[in-house]
Amino acid sequence: MQTLLAKAGFDARFTSLVLALALIWAALAVGTEGIFLSPRNLYNLSIQTCVTAIMACGMVFIIVARQIDLSVGSQMAFTGMLIAFAQTEWLGAETPFAWLLSIAIGVLAGMLLGAFQGWWVAYRGVPAFVVTLAGYLMFRGAAFLVADGQTLAPLSSTYQRIGGGVQGSIGPGWSWFLGLSACAWVIAQVVYARRSRARYGAVMTPIWADALRALVICAALLGFVAVVCAYPDPASAVDGGAPQGKGIGVPVLILVAIAVALTVMAQRTRFGRHVFAYGGNPEAAMLSGLPTQRVLLMIFMLMGALAAVAAVITTSRLNSGTHSIGQMAELYVIAATVIGGTSLSGGTGTIPGAIVGALLVQSLDNGMVLMDVSSAKRQIFIGLILIAAVWFDGMYTRRQAR
Amino acid sequence: MSEHAAPLVDVRGLSKHFGGIQAVNRVDCSLFEGEVVGLLGHNGAGKSTLIKILSGVYPADAGKIVVRGEEHRFGSPRDARAAGIETIHQTLALAENLDAPSNLFLGRELLTPWRTLDADRMEHEALQIISRLNPNFRDMKIPVRAMSGGQRQTVAIARALYFNARILIMDEPCAALGPAETRMVQDTISRLKEEGIGIFLISHDMSDVFEVCDRVTVMKGGAVVDTVRVADVTQEEVLAMIILGQKPAIAREIRT
Repeated sequence: MQTLLAKAGFDARFTSLVLALALIWAALAVGTEGIFLSPRNLYNLSIQTCVTAIMACGMVFIIVARQIDLSVGSQMAFTGMLIAFAQTEWLGAETPFAWLLSIAIGVLAGMLLGAFQGWWVAYRGVPAFVVTLAGYLMFRGAAFLVADGQTLAPLSSTYQRIGGGVQGSIGPGWSWFLGLSACAWVIAQVVYARRSRARYGAVMTPIWADALRALVICAALLGFVAVVCAYPDPASAVDGGAPQGKGIGVPVLILVAIAVALTVMAQRTRFGRHVFAYGGNPEAAMLSGLPTQRVLLMIFMLMGALAAVAAVITTSRLNSGTHSIGQMAELYVIAATVIGGTSLSGGTGTIPGAIVGALLVQSLDNGMVLMDVSSAKRQIFIGLILIAAVWFDGMYTRRQAR
Repeated sequence: MSEHAAPLVDVRGLSKHFGGIQAVNRVDCSLFEGEVVGLLGHNGAGKSTLIKILSGVYPADAGKIVVRGEEHRFGSPRDARAAGIETIHQTLALAENLDAPSNLFLGRELLTPWRTLDADRMEHEALQIISRLNPNFRDMKIPVRAMSGGQRQTVAIARALYFNARILIMDEPCAALGPAETRMVQDTISRLKEEGIGIFLISHDMSDVFEVCDRVTVMKGGAVVDTVRVADVTQEEVLAMIILGQKPAIAREIRT
């Protein structure tokens, strides 16, 4: 079975992850008497997943390079407060483009937090565990200080759409257009890859495997579009007409854009190659003359920027800035990343894996809420999931090494 | 080999200390075109530190490195490579999670006009050079982790050769290899010699050294005992240099 998968070019670990997700969904569907799989819940799940998934994409780079960032939740809180403060106190929420400028300020602040942590790790040799544990405390404190613990609201009305709430989706027309375009792109990618490999006489994967892969991805894409379009948008029914479907939420589009950009960065750029090489063998990276310190600095800056994007979505959903957002986010993000196949021993990990990992963690969380499990019990359960994921990773890595 | 030509590498008075330990103490050595110079000595004699200075890993405290008539200061392995010095480290310095082409081009990736990695061209180029060194090596897509010792060695050698190095440093290239693979490495060394490449070879195997080296530079306690032509000495004399730090008879005759 495993050799068949390998020959067909399927990654065994990713395939088992998707199967695990399918099993969990089936169990949650039964446990919630079908509510879990309702279009409304799946739309909400897609939005909830984005915050974790966006940060998990950055955490892939961090963990691949044998580092850790425990402060992402606090980075969210600080950058979120800064964005809310910029809108409500400095610029005025409804000033044109204030929302855009505030986002730029937030992302820049996130990168500065990352640069601070990355500098200690890369140039001063303090272990990332210690630096980011300190960051966890410091940035949470800084978030409180931005507005002396007050909640800042309301935020810009344009800004609120980013969170996927009222008017926070693109409607069925655009959703189907994007879904079908994505399918066309997937098929074109497969065809192009086959041609390119044939031109250089490289080893070919069987055609049925490529076709199956394209089919599965396209089915997932179109299935998702169909579900979010089946969720009637309450806002569109005000005139008394039949409500329109909501379509893809804005946060999902942001996640897709980030995921595509970071996948290209991981696989197709020098920087990505250097991150993976460093994670695989730091000594070899140094002996090969890679700019290892700069690489470490940059992954922490990237993580900071992504934490700020996650803060944008969260504050937009809440329509306010509070210093308590992002609590336990580091746990969810690290769990999602590791469940998604990024190895804590460094050198391996994928963006799509991390996103499916985030979906898995959020599905459990969302499903347990629907089943009226208390938040205390959910914390215990998510903690256990994290241990299990790391245990599985250790087992898998040891078996690979043999 | 012509003794009158300018050396490829000329090292003069190179020193390096770590804390109170003088790891390399005013070392002189040289390397000419098409020549193999063995660097010999016990563990801790300073060979590794010397080659780490030559390959840009450590900066020297004192002394100079002249490469093809030009004095160099290596701030990083990148500088040494730019000067035409390639090093095959004993650990091979390969990222085990990456495949052969990725390792071969590590730090010197080929890019498309859009500044992205040109993976197909790197794979193609890697296949060319690697199959020339080792015809049985076809699968470019497996990670180094899954390769045999000989295959790993091939990748490391290919990486050093691809960029047209004129100077090669090989640290124990045969230590972890079987007889057939050792043969492959030795054949490669003789072919490189014919192409005029100069090689510093570190080895503990005396028969290896006498087979491929033209001269040997023996180190003890961080300093050079002496440099002799292999043709002028016996294995016993070289061993005496390594163990006792004793110069061979021929060297004493020449000097006096």
